[in-house]
Amino acid sequence: MSRAPSTLDQRTGERTRVDDETPVDPSATAAASRITVIKPASRIPRLDVGELWHYRELIWTLVWRDVAVRYKQTFLGIAWAILVPAFTALIYVIIFGKFANFPSGDTPYPSLVIAGVLPMQYFASALTLSSLSLLANLPLVTKVYFPRTLLPLAGVSVPLVDFVVGLPVLLALMWYYHTWPGGWEVMLAPLFIVLAVVTVLGIGLLLSAINVRFRDVRYMIPVFLQVLPLLSGVMFAVDQIPEKWQWILSLNPLTSVIAGWRWAILDASTPNPAQVAVSVGVAAALFIAGLAVFRSSESSFADTI
Amino acid sequence: MATAITVEGLSKRYRLGEYRAAYGTLRETLVHTSRRLTGREHDSPKQEIWALRDVSFEVPEGQVLGIVGRNGAGKSTLLKILTRIVSPTLGRAEIRGRVGSLLEVGTGFNQELTGRENVYLNGAILGMKRQEVERRFDEIVEFSGVEKFIDTPVKRYSSGMYVRLAFAVAAHFEPEVILVDEVLSVGDAEFQRRCLGRMEEFGNTGRTVIFVSHALPSIAQLCDRALWIDSGTLVEDGKPAQVIANYLHQTHSAGTERVWEPDHAPGNDLARILALRAVPHDGLPPGVMDVRREIGIEILFRVLREGKPVVPKIKILDQEGAVAFNAIDTHERWSDPVPPGDYVATAWIPGNLLNEGSVIVEAAICSIDFPKLEHHAAVYEALSFEVLDPGEGDSARGTFSGQWRGVVRPLLDWTCEHAE
Repeated sequence: MSRAPSTLDQRTGERTRVDDETPVDPSATAAASRITVIKPASRIPRLDVGELWHYRELIWTLVWRDVAVRYKQTFLGIAWAILVPAFTALIYVIIFGKFANFPSGDTPYPSLVIAGVLPMQYFASALTLSSLSLLANLPLVTKVYFPRTLLPLAGVSVPLVDFVVGLPVLLALMWYYHTWPGGWEVMLAPLFIVLAVVTVLGIGLLLSAINVRFRDVRYMIPVFLQVLPLLSGVMFAVDQIPEKWQWILSLNPLTSVIAGWRWAILDASTPNPAQVAVSVGVAAALFIAGLAVFRSSESSFADTI
Repeated sequence: MATAITVEGLSKRYRLGEYRAAYGTLRETLVHTSRRLTGREHDSPKQEIWALRDVSFEVPEGQVLGIVGRNGAGKSTLLKILTRIVSPTLGRAEIRGRVGSLLEVGTGFNQELTGRENVYLNGAILGMKRQEVERRFDEIVEFSGVEKFIDTPVKRYSSGMYVRLAFAVAAHFEPEVILVDEVLSVGDAEFQRRCLGRMEEFGNTGRTVIFVSHALPSIAQLCDRALWIDSGTLVEDGKPAQVIANYLHQTHSAGTERVWEPDHAPGNDLARILALRAVPHDGLPPGVMDVRREIGIEILFRVLREGKPVVPKIKILDQEGAVAFNAIDTHERWSDPVPPGDYVATAWIPGNLLNEGSVIVEAAICSIDFPKLEHHAAVYEALSFEVLDPGEGDSARGTFSGQWRGVVRPLLDWTCEHAE
């Protein structure tokens, strides 16, 4: 069927003129031939990477939106991304470093703490944002189609910006205490952050899917986040506690994230590779379980939300 | 011509039990589950509702398809499946090309962001590429008329500005297939009118449109074809005027014909109404009248004695109960008392007088006894029928397909001269 732009002329003459000047957009032609198949949700959940790629611009836009909105109408703006971890670290240093004398091994206690607080802050923000992401975007979920996995994915991406902005605090302390990375292991630092992202994405997928049905999730998260720093070795070096407890804590992937990150950045003691392997295993299991639950309940989100 | 949409055996089942669980708390669900597991509570048979059952149809490219049906018939469920907001229980559908819907107007607008930022955000949510938004940005802003405030957060916008900007973005998204659910769409009459205008444009430019509406005139006017869905199944598929007529006939069972036994007929010792009928139009089901043709109201009544002069009277009301008019037969045959016997009087309502919609008829046999009108026999809400505009452009609304207010809708003679 041929397009008949003449009928548009009376109302929107501008548009046809612009169309004539613009060469045919190749992506639009590609979209025209795209066939959407709609069928019952499949029994076996899987991640459709091709579809995620197709919607890559939307992921960026959602992340950009949340970053843009995050510090709107605040006086200090993005400075909060520095102030929050700095104050948290200060409190830990005073309470646990000065009064409780927590062990820090060879690393200066303030560096140790801030190196733990930054991934911890990331994890806490990412967990909250991703778990509540479906509900926070209720109008989108009930009115527009896109892969729902984008929402928790955007939720774990947004706090990465805060994390990067907070890094100068760590760098300043490293400079002050002359604790520089030991060598090549600094190249591995991003891998530990990836481990944190995978872990929190798994939990975020799981909790956001559950939150569609049961709003209890919202109240569980703060409680969980209160105890998490104690279980992740934020205010102490994990290798300073009894070995039995080290193994138990390694079930929490964040413990290895923080220990590994300190090793890579601060030249702190090398984490036990077997314990890191346990953490990676737990993170992978969480991710697969989260994805499975999310994908299998995804088709009914709009019906039950 | 290529097929734009193929729908095969599409079905959607809702379990009522699922709804209960959905609104319950975690604790309730745990209690129920544990009771079921321990056998203390038997799994009650879940009530199922098929919101859509085995619906199949094909839409060729460029067709404008209307869907009619009562509330809860499954129309919106069908559109939600086609926009992939919910997934079907059974069946399959294929859509060629990008899908858009006017449901999405303003979806995802963020209060904190500026107008400019929201244009990009909303464009991405609708499925536009960033380049595409950039290319059309100036047009979008101009169309919306909020140029001055484009860098102001939209929370400071008036609701009118907000809707205009949102609509401008949606209107510049040009999908190959567009799905419109008027029932769910937001906004005031002006906004709805723009949606309709935009839809007409889509139809004229060879795009495929599926349109769900309670505004039957719009469907008659805009669509090439109509589907009638009832209780989740496809009842009829055909020409809009025919489908709408059958749909109206089925939903308006109030009656176009009434007959009484002479002993129980309404009336007094002077006159009784024995039967009433709206004369059907050829080619239309009974109860549906073509707005352009004259409509006959037939009154069969019995005069029992030669008391005083009587006269038949009708009263026409619209669906909201507003009186369109009263009319009596002013012919001199009624100026003197008529001999006892049965009479059939037919009142002819001219074509192009009543507006579209439901019409209610009251009939009476009266005597003029100034200042009173004495009723010997009267039937209230006696007949009802539906006036339909087949949308061929020769009625009083011309080619306009939107809302057309008024109890009556005469086709006037207009004169026009060139003003000096």
